[in-house]
Parts: sequence; C-alpha cells; structure tokens
Amino acid sequence: MNYFSNIVKIMQKYWQVFLLQGVSYTLLLSLLTVAFGAVLGLLLYLGRSVRFKPLNWLCIAIVEIIRGTPMLLQLYVGYFIVPKILPFPVTEFASVAVALCINSGCYVSEIFRSGIQAVDRGQTEAARSLGLNGRQTMMRIILPQAIKNILPALGNEFIMIIKDTSLASTFFVGELMTACLKVRGNTFLALECMTIVGVIYFVLTFILSKLLGAFERRLKAHD
Amino acid sequence: MTENLIETIDLHKSFAIKGKETLHVLKGVTEHIAKGEVVSIIGPSGGGKSTFLRCLNLLETPESGKIIFEGVEITGEKVDINLHRQKMGMVFQHFNVFPHLSVMKNITLAPVLLGKRTQAEADEQAESLLSRVGLLDKKDEHPSRLSGGQKQRLAIVRALAMEPDVMLFDEPTSALDPEMVGEVLDVIKALVKSGMTSVIVTHEMGFAREVSDRILFMDGGIIAESGKPDDIMNRPQNPRTKEFLSKVLY
Repeated sequence: MNYFSNIVKIMQKYWQVFLLQGVSYTLLLSLLTVAFGAVLGLLLYLGRSVRFKPLNWLCIAIVEIIRGTPMLLQLYVGYFIVPKILPFPVTEFASVAVALCINSGCYVSEIFRSGIQAVDRGQTEAARSLGLNGRQTMMRIILPQAIKNILPALGNEFIMIIKDTSLASTFFVGELMTACLKVRGNTFLALECMTIVGVIYFVLTFILSKLLGAFERRLKAHD
Repeated sequence: MTENLIETIDLHKSFAIKGKETLHVLKGVTEHIAKGEVVSIIGPSGGGKSTFLRCLNLLETPESGKIIFEGVEITGEKVDINLHRQKMGMVFQHFNVFPHLSVMKNITLAPVLLGKRTQAEADEQAESLLSRVGLLDKKDEHPSRLSGGQKQRLAIVRALAMEPDVMLFDEPTSALDPEMVGEVLDVIKALVKSGMTSVIVTHEMGFAREVSDRILFMDGGIIAESGKPDDIMNRPQNPRTKEFLSKVLY
C-alpha cells in the first residue's frame, strides 16, 4: 500500500517537525492555556461572587460573550488586537495564546462556579453554626468538597484545550496542525499528514484522560 | 424568676418567592427561653417553626425585631455573630456532617480552628463524647460509612464539642429511618436531663411531651399557644392547637 509506505517515508523525513516542534508547541500552548485559564477562571469566579454588582455584571458579561462566540473568531480578534494594545512587541504565538487563555478562563470559571454550588448548602450552615467565619467555611469545608467536583471537569477542559489548540494553526504558530499544513505543503500528501497528526492528537489526549482517570479514582478512594 | 438565656422581641421574617411574591413566615414572635429550660416547638408545616429556630443563631436574618442572647443583642450592629454562634449548638434535619473529614475531625475541627483547644485536648474530648453516644469504635471512619442515626449522633457530638450554652434542634429525627429515631432521641434525652438548655423543633409528640418543660405551638407565623406539655397536649385552649393535635395524635 502506497498510503502506509508514504506515512513511513514522511515520518522518516519530517519526524522532527511533528514530534519535536509540533508536539512541544501544542503541549506548551495547552499548558499555558490551562495554567492562565485556571487563574483567570478563579478571578472571574471571584468577580462574580463578591458583593459588588458592577463587577458581577462585568464578569458575567465577559463569560457570556466568550461562551457565545466561536473560538476561531476570538483567535482572530486576539491575533489582530493583542499586538495593538500591548506597548511591547508580541509574537503571533503569544497573541493567540492570550486569546486561548481568555476563552479557557471563561469555561473554567463556570467549572468553579458549578463545582462550588454543587456542595450542599447545609454544609455552609453547619460550619457557620459552629462559629466558623465565611473564609474558614470556604477553605476548610466547601473547597475541599468542591475540588472533587472541579478536578474531573478541569481535566476534561485540559483535553478539550489540546484539541482546540489546533485552531491556532490558522495563524501558523508551529503547533501540531501547523506541522501538518507545512509537511502537506512540501509533500502534497494530505491524507497521510492528517493521519499522522490525528494519531498524535489521539495518543496525547488518550494518555491524559487515562492519567486523569487514575487521579480521580485516587480522590474517590478517600470518600 | 429564672434568668433569660434567649429573648426574642417581635421577630418578623419574610421570604421572596420568584421576585415579586413575598411569604411572611414570622409575624411578630416574642418569646423567652430561660437557662436550663427545655422548649419544644410543634405545629403544622409552614408555620414558622424552623424559621424561628434558624433566626435564633441568625442562620436566617429577621427583618425586624430583636434577639437577645446572654444579655447581648445579637441582631444589633457591630456584633460578631461568629463568637455568639460558638455558644449555640445546632443540629439539622439532614445531619450536615462533613463528608470529607473523619468522625474525629468532624468533631475537633471547630474547637481547634477557633482556638478553643489544642488538637490533643480536642481529641481527648472528642473520644469521651463519642463514647457517651456509643460511637467510639467509628472514630476513624468517614461519615459515608455511618447510618443515618449514627450521623445524627455525630452531628450532636460535633455541636457539643464547642461546649454551647444552648442546643437548637431542627427536626433532628425527621430524616431518619423509623428504627433509628429511638437511638437519636435517647441521646437528646440524656443531654436534656444533664441540664442543657434546648430548643427542639419536632414532630415527635410523645418525645416533646416527655422531655419538655414547655411546648410552643406555632402556626401562621406566630406562637399560637404556649404552656406545660400536659396542658398543651390534654387541654389545648386555642382551636388551631386542638385541630392540629387531633390530626397528629390518633
């Protein structure tokens, strides 16, 4: 079969483009997105829950707008706007990463919100009735229980992000899908290139979901 | 005249339902609870029993009226309610034990966190409390391994670990399987006998009659009748008390 021998030939010649450049950029972009997305998500969640209406509305508006518009559109906006508003020059990679972080932050803030709200109100009442203040109740009673709701959802978000970073290839930032486009341009073997990156994406997300599954089981073991 | 531990003056509370409608749950409740007194609150659902009880430690904030606890108006401004709540133990219908903590941690968390005891002191106290309610062998378990009755006994012990001056019970046996009601009532009974001031919202008429110094009948947001258990149960004056009792005492 030509198809399989072509894949082998492509990998022999371009393995570095896929496995070194592509995978590392994809993982870097995903990790940045997860890390800053989690921080931003926490800030957005706090912004929604403090007793200050204008800030609540602002954060709700941001979350709703980001959740209600396509990610590709947001990446375009990031690509064109971020370099203009920042006083120092930024790379295309950074502009796209900023857009991805904002997008992820909004989803993560929803994960935090639902995870914390899922903890029974009676838990707060019991803690407060013992004399714990609001902060102690949150840190010692609510968050430890909410974490069990939040972590699995956060893991899913991580997996989604790995796949979503492929949209960044629109701007040729060097991640896996960009690698696919490059090699396809050189070899004119579209199906083979797509097969290679498809397999790599699958392996990445599959390993991650298995790791998360094991982690979740360890959390549950303590119940 | 005995000393008043809790005094409420003209408490009003309403809840907003779906924005516009408001439900007026408490319509001026004035009541005194003396030190060492055991008061049961009975009455039909929606009569304001639980709301009244939850107002006493400000889990619900009354719109108007005063609550005076140990001489301090806790409904006033600049009152650190957290300090006063340490003196008021509460037991809930749905136990609300902390599922992520072991039985011991459930009990020792608050006394240690709030600087009342060291961990070693709290552990010792928790073990003696647990043995009193027959749960010492469960001390390292998590609450998911306990039955409903055991959870509620744990919840009672958790509240007692703060050495409160009053215990508030919000329908402590309503969520229990019938065969577990007795073990929880026994614990409450022993507690009450030891002289703990208690306010008990309950549907267990026999129990209320047996342990109470006084029974309050609440209906329509007010205390419709109040008196000695024998008088309330056998010679109710208020027609609504009569009607209620005729329905529950068959």
